[in-house]
Amino acid sequence: MKLHEYQSKRIFAKYGVPIPKGEVAVSPTQAREIAQLLGGPVVVKSQVLVGGRGKAGGIKLAKSPEEAENYAEQILGMDIKGLTVETVLIDQAADIRKEIYLGIVIDRAVGKPVFIASSEGGVEIEEVAKTNPEAIIRQAVDPLLGLVDYQARNLAFELGLRGKAIVAFVRIAQGLYKAFINSDASLAEINPLVVQGDGSLLAVDGKMVLDDNALFRHPDLAEMRDLQEEDESERIARLADLSFVKLDGEIGCMVNGAGLAMATMDIVKHYGSEPANFLDIGGGAKAEKVATALRIILADPKVKAILFNIFGGITRCDEVAKGILEALNEVPTDIPMVARLVGTNYEEGRAILDAANFPSAQSLGEAAQKAVALAKGETI
Amino acid sequence: MSILVGKDTRLVVQGITGREGNFHTRQMIDYGTKVVAGVTPGKGGEWTLGAPVFDTVKEAVNARGANTSIIYVPARFASDAIMEAADAGVELIICITEGVPTLDMSKVMQFLKGTDARLIGPNCPGIITPGEAKIGIMPAHIHKSGNVGLVSRSGTLTYEVVQALTDLDLGQSTAVGIGGDPIIGTNFIDVLRLFNADPFTEHVVLIGEIGGTDEQQAAEYIAKHMSKPVTAFVAGRTAPPGKRMGHAGAIIQGGEGTAAEKIAAFEAAGVKVADLPEQVAQLVKESLGR
Repeated sequence: MKLHEYQSKRIFAKYGVPIPKGEVAVSPTQAREIAQLLGGPVVVKSQVLVGGRGKAGGIKLAKSPEEAENYAEQILGMDIKGLTVETVLIDQAADIRKEIYLGIVIDRAVGKPVFIASSEGGVEIEEVAKTNPEAIIRQAVDPLLGLVDYQARNLAFELGLRGKAIVAFVRIAQGLYKAFINSDASLAEINPLVVQGDGSLLAVDGKMVLDDNALFRHPDLAEMRDLQEEDESERIARLADLSFVKLDGEIGCMVNGAGLAMATMDIVKHYGSEPANFLDIGGGAKAEKVATALRIILADPKVKAILFNIFGGITRCDEVAKGILEALNEVPTDIPMVARLVGTNYEEGRAILDAANFPSAQSLGEAAQKAVALAKGETI
Repeated sequence: MSILVGKDTRLVVQGITGREGNFHTRQMIDYGTKVVAGVTPGKGGEWTLGAPVFDTVKEAVNARGANTSIIYVPARFASDAIMEAADAGVELIICITEGVPTLDMSKVMQFLKGTDARLIGPNCPGIITPGEAKIGIMPAHIHKSGNVGLVSRSGTLTYEVVQALTDLDLGQSTAVGIGGDPIIGTNFIDVLRLFNADPFTEHVVLIGEIGGTDEQQAAEYIAKHMSKPVTAFVAGRTAPPGKRMGHAGAIIQGGEGTAAEKIAAFEAAGVKVADLPEQVAQLVKESLGR
């Protein structure tokens, strides 16, 4: 789950990371009032859950409250990479002398949180990794020990910080680490961390991604979820405990198991079409869950055919077959479908579908070819 | 013959009285797996499916000589269960549980360094040595004893490939599901090393997917050290970046972890990569000259 910039920075601030004074606004008038209260130049920043807001014109420096109001007027309602801006953050402008990148992610290879830092802040770290990989500094942290001060100091020296900025940096790194651990984050990032004219450090922009699997112990953070992050169908799927990602193709896919679901998408493509979604109904899926999944797929107007691929293990093929027919009773449709059921109780499952004249296939390849043909309006 | 599990496996089931745990324990016993004990804190002294239930793993190890554990407890208790098993001296711990928080696993991995235990998973289907022992949730009937070793990050996709192998009369030595999470106890290289040393494994099938760089590292290992042919399949060629594809670990981040780069790494290492899961079996057959 992604958090907005303002949400992330507020969490950082709780752990002692200095952030600019600021407040969020949902209207231009509000933006002006906040700018007035803050005094001096402010930055008007769109709050959407995608990168590249600046390039898209979603971040503007305003010299007066009136300018802040005008920019807020422009930015609110703006479309950035398919997302509509509904909130802007009005932050006091920083006195930027130097921009640093400081982030924490999980290093999968070593199984530990790792700090990533770069003196080339203010741009996307992936870009730095490509163009100037030597500029990236890494420091793994033992999760049982936490960040040790010398590790943070080493980062500070390597970043070229000197004097009292070292102490300030260590406090920020410790704060960011605590924010990361205590929120069960998979990413916590300050970009840029700014060195100001007076030598002080300030976290001007922030980003957090939380581990969905740990949200059960953070109900307060779970509440921060912005519905914008997901497509409507993805939200319904999540609430039904289905793993679903909407794509752009025309073959709806319903599969059990994540790896097989990905492979099914790939096969659809291999046979000349495009998948409309990733959908894993999970292990042991019952008829009702299958019906919900089918409704989600059918809600996509681009879908021209549906492919069911079930490898029964915990999941029983007869349960899935019943689910398909039940769902079709509730949601009548002309969209053609083909099912491939193997594994636990596949004979019973196939018998149920055969009795209903529902097309089936033996192998995954055959099923995919049939689905692609059906989408083109051919008969199989 | 086999790696990791076989006739000598003495299994303790953590979470044996739970719905999932009990259902799968029955199936494992039916297959011939030696289930010597179960553990459910607070239910010590009970019996289920012919096995004594203990409050602690330590008791199960001491009283019944359990050397392998399988874990079916809910995600929030999984890291605790893994550490308890390792501390009790269990050599091999297989965690089936899906949805374990990543930072819990990060701590577990550091904890395990101080023990002799090997962890498989979490979020995996388990391990099967056909004809000897099934420690997991995979459908047993699709397997057949033989000399193809399998290692995979996925569950049902592995079944798909196993079925295709069995259909072509290519039996399996051992099939290992290492799990789909970002932090897992045993990675591809660990299992490749075991297969390389196993005299009964002639050919290895590796099933990878998007996310991380474990496959790329495996490719490097194969090129340098593997004395047996390897065939691979990588799922997720059509997966979009930045989206988690079901498995917590299946995500393309910052342009890294794509199927294309993994396939390229395997091909550069001389590994044949199948376009479709069912093709894997055909490639293995050709490679073995059958």
